[in-house]
Amino acid sequence: MSEHEQYAEDLALYALDALTGEDRAKLAQHLAGCSSCRLELEQLRGDTALLALTAVGPRPPQRVRQRLLEAIAREPRGHAVAQDRSVRGWWEWLGWAAAAAVLILAFSLWRDNLVLKDTLASATSREAESVRQMEELRKIAAPIIDPEAQRVTLVSAKAPPQPQGKAYYLKNQNSLVFLANNMPPLPPQKAYELWLIPTRGNPIPAGVFKPDSRGNASVVNPPLPAGTEAKAFAITVENQSGSLAPTSPILMTGAGE
Amino acid sequence: MSSQQRQDVPADLAIVTGLKTGDQRAIASLYDRYSSVVYAVALRVLGDTGAAEDVLQEVFLQLWRNPDAFDSARGSLGSWLSVITRNRAIDSLRKRRPETDIEDVVLSVAPDLAGEAERSRAAEKVRGVMGAMAPAQRTALEMAYWEGMSHSEIADKTGEPLGTIKTRIRAGLIALRKSFHADRSTGR
Repeated sequence: MSEHEQYAEDLALYALDALTGEDRAKLAQHLAGCSSCRLELEQLRGDTALLALTAVGPRPPQRVRQRLLEAIAREPRGHAVAQDRSVRGWWEWLGWAAAAAVLILAFSLWRDNLVLKDTLASATSREAESVRQMEELRKIAAPIIDPEAQRVTLVSAKAPPQPQGKAYYLKNQNSLVFLANNMPPLPPQKAYELWLIPTRGNPIPAGVFKPDSRGNASVVNPPLPAGTEAKAFAITVENQSGSLAPTSPILMTGAGE
Repeated sequence: MSSQQRQDVPADLAIVTGLKTGDQRAIASLYDRYSSVVYAVALRVLGDTGAAEDVLQEVFLQLWRNPDAFDSARGSLGSWLSVITRNRAIDSLRKRRPETDIEDVVLSVAPDLAGEAERSRAAEKVRGVMGAMAPAQRTALEMAYWEGMSHSEIADKTGEPLGTIKTRIRAGLIALRKSFHADRSTGR
């Protein structure tokens, strides 16, 4: 029995959080260094999601939505809990005897307040600029991401439809969107794998995909090493679980436009 | 991928992008698409509407605080939310600290749960597979999934050997996976 077979049954329990004690610790240690077992764990978690489908019930009451939106409004991103800035009790405790110190403090706070107002005005201005930029980006991206958008690819009138892939890659944001069409169907157990060809080093796996019945497919933000410079992208056919290195000839390739 | 799923991918992508930029409208869209799935899973585990509402709130807030935890390249948003919800509901049921960070929950291939019609068809399929399982296997799988019991607790309760419980649970999950792979390869 191989080491992976030894862990196969424990992986299913781990995916359900049903593995405990020493067995769980041992498997967690193995997972840290074993990509094939991690991949199997991901698939088993996908399988557990199927079980969730059998849950049926009423929709949540309307108040739940309101409660969530109010919580979000109270909690700007990155600030989990607002700090209590009340200092009233402190003031009362000091009493009149500390009046002189209070005046000094008040002056200091007034001065800080001016600085904070400037900072706030600057931050508000930056936020407004970010919102404006986001709105512009939304408008630009709408024809790509809106499900109602018509998608038309123009080719030579005499040429049969050819497989085509478009990769949109932002190195600095580690963000990759890949769209493909006219992809030929694949045998069972096989899938296409997208590769990022770096300027130096071996091809990097950039997502496994299977085309739908019309030959369309997409890969969105696969895990990639941060800041990798891409010389080109390529596609091969691999086993559906994906490969760490290409095992078949390159079917499609393209460099930056 | 069905036409519904083709539409879900860009819609989910827009939601995730909005969450990453701190757009509060994205959380409203997320809620409108997935609150029924999340609530149904939490209610099935906890059997208490107040506790299910708390889990729903916690799951959506966690994604708001840490939108990078969901990797859109690996599984659908609806499937990921259902797994996270089930895990949090079990933690709540068993009054324990979360066993798994949401960043560590990565799914590989899973059906999309966004469309009502897709969800209904897939649920029917899952019920069929579960119904065809031997009762002892179905019971072990449901105890682990819906009650959050460990393999040793299931073995104690059913009087079956530990190894048998492990085998039944894994075989049950693989049977579910195979039924959906068979659907994909036949284009259903």
